[in-house]
Amino acid sequence: MPLYPGPLQDLIDEMGRLPGIGPKSAQRITFHLLKSPAEDAMRLAQAIVAVKERISLCERCFDVAEDTYCVICNDDRRQTGTICVVEEAKDIVSVERTGQFSGRYHVLQGSLNPIEGVGPEQLRIKELLARLEEEDVQELILCTNPNLEGEATAMYLARLLQPLGLSVTRIASGLPVGGDLEYADDLTLARALEGRREIGNA
Amino acid sequence: MSLFRDRGVVLRTMRLGEADRIVTLLTESHGKVRAVAKGVRRTKSKFGSRLEPLSHVALLGWQGRGDLDIVNQVEVIDTFRAVREDLDRIGAGLSMLEVVDQVAQEQHANPALYRMLVGALGALAQANSPMVSPAFFLKVLVLEGTAPYLDGCVSCGEEDEALLVAFDLLEGGVLCRSCRRGRPLSPEALVLMRRTLGGGLAGVLGEPRSPLTDEVMTVATEAMEIHLDRRLRSVRSGTLA
Ligand SMILES: [Zn+2]
Ligand SMILES: [Zn+2]
Repeated sequence: MPLYPGPLQDLIDEMGRLPGIGPKSAQRITFHLLKSPAEDAMRLAQAIVAVKERISLCERCFDVAEDTYCVICNDDRRQTGTICVVEEAKDIVSVERTGQFSGRYHVLQGSLNPIEGVGPEQLRIKELLARLEEEDVQELILCTNPNLEGEATAMYLARLLQPLGLSVTRIASGLPVGGDLEYADDLTLARALEGRREIGNA
Repeated sequence: MSLFRDRGVVLRTMRLGEADRIVTLLTESHGKVRAVAKGVRRTKSKFGSRLEPLSHVALLGWQGRGDLDIVNQVEVIDTFRAVREDLDRIGAGLSMLEVVDQVAQEQHANPALYRMLVGALGALAQANSPMVSPAFFLKVLVLEGTAPYLDGCVSCGEEDEALLVAFDLLEGGVLCRSCRRGRPLSPEALVLMRRTLGGGLAGVLGEPRSPLTDEVMTVATEAMEIHLDRRLRSVRSGTLA
């Protein structure tokens, strides 16, 4: 039962397929676009086309890239031999903002989620293994999310990689800066205690 | 909107919008509950890791008018930390959550299922026993009223254990040599399944992993899949173990 003229309904349907957008929002966004100036809507349409035409995945690390390789893989100043493993390309941005890491990345394109049927085969794990020798990797930092899926992914990778004689580390997950101790749940607090470090007595 | 209090195990979470999650829990008195946890994905969220799958929590929530409730406060009863920090046990734990998610119904209290799940996760946290999840699957079948018949051939009544060689949940249980259908079943696996359902669970959980426990796991998984009419993804994709 088509509720609206074809093109309008098509756009509502397409919007509704985007993550986090329900039928109500899809309708709202579509009518917003309908009302807004033609050039605004065209800019959006062109931006979508440009992304699909010009952006692909880096052939080495699966970050987003405008070329064969991403900006980081193309940067000679980046240290080779150290790889930071993340779930999604957007996680690279978060790690880069810290300015604490100068190696290369590897984007798994997800995390292990057995209930949803995502196993190791669905992630870019084979490709990670192939890089170890190619790039003479000595150290891997597992920077997956501190939730059940991310932790399971990190454990799986650690089990796979540790026997190969590499240094495999996991980011410490602990208390958020700015949070109050009394609000910390026991799991977070326990992990924070495990990841504790010496502090100078000035 | 009315406030409700309950205890439950987090079965599944799904991203919602920018920083929220929809959390599915099996509660003690409200059956399966789907509730929105606002801001839970922010690293400063007051919910922290409390609303991760496998967590056993006490929650205070708003009962929504639609099908979604809203989480207001959460206290941890048990995170089953030993389970979530061991890949094998995560796999076993998630497979039980998947089964419960399929079997439990919204607005339909199932305190027995809740108690079984909490008990099974507790057992798994105690020891990495390969029999926890198959025993759980078999016990859920009993609870669902589809207990497999193990005392004799479901077709002809043959009780000689030496002759009971096959298992088929569609037929209702074990089958003898002349009536055999379904999958083959070793006499040792039959004994282990009988002990599981016949009050010998504590001993069964002490079984170390072996081809025998693997066989019971396969039989129990297939039986559960037939009952649910659906593959158990966490077991099948579970190259985790
Ligand atoms: Zn790259
Ligand atoms: Zn028979």
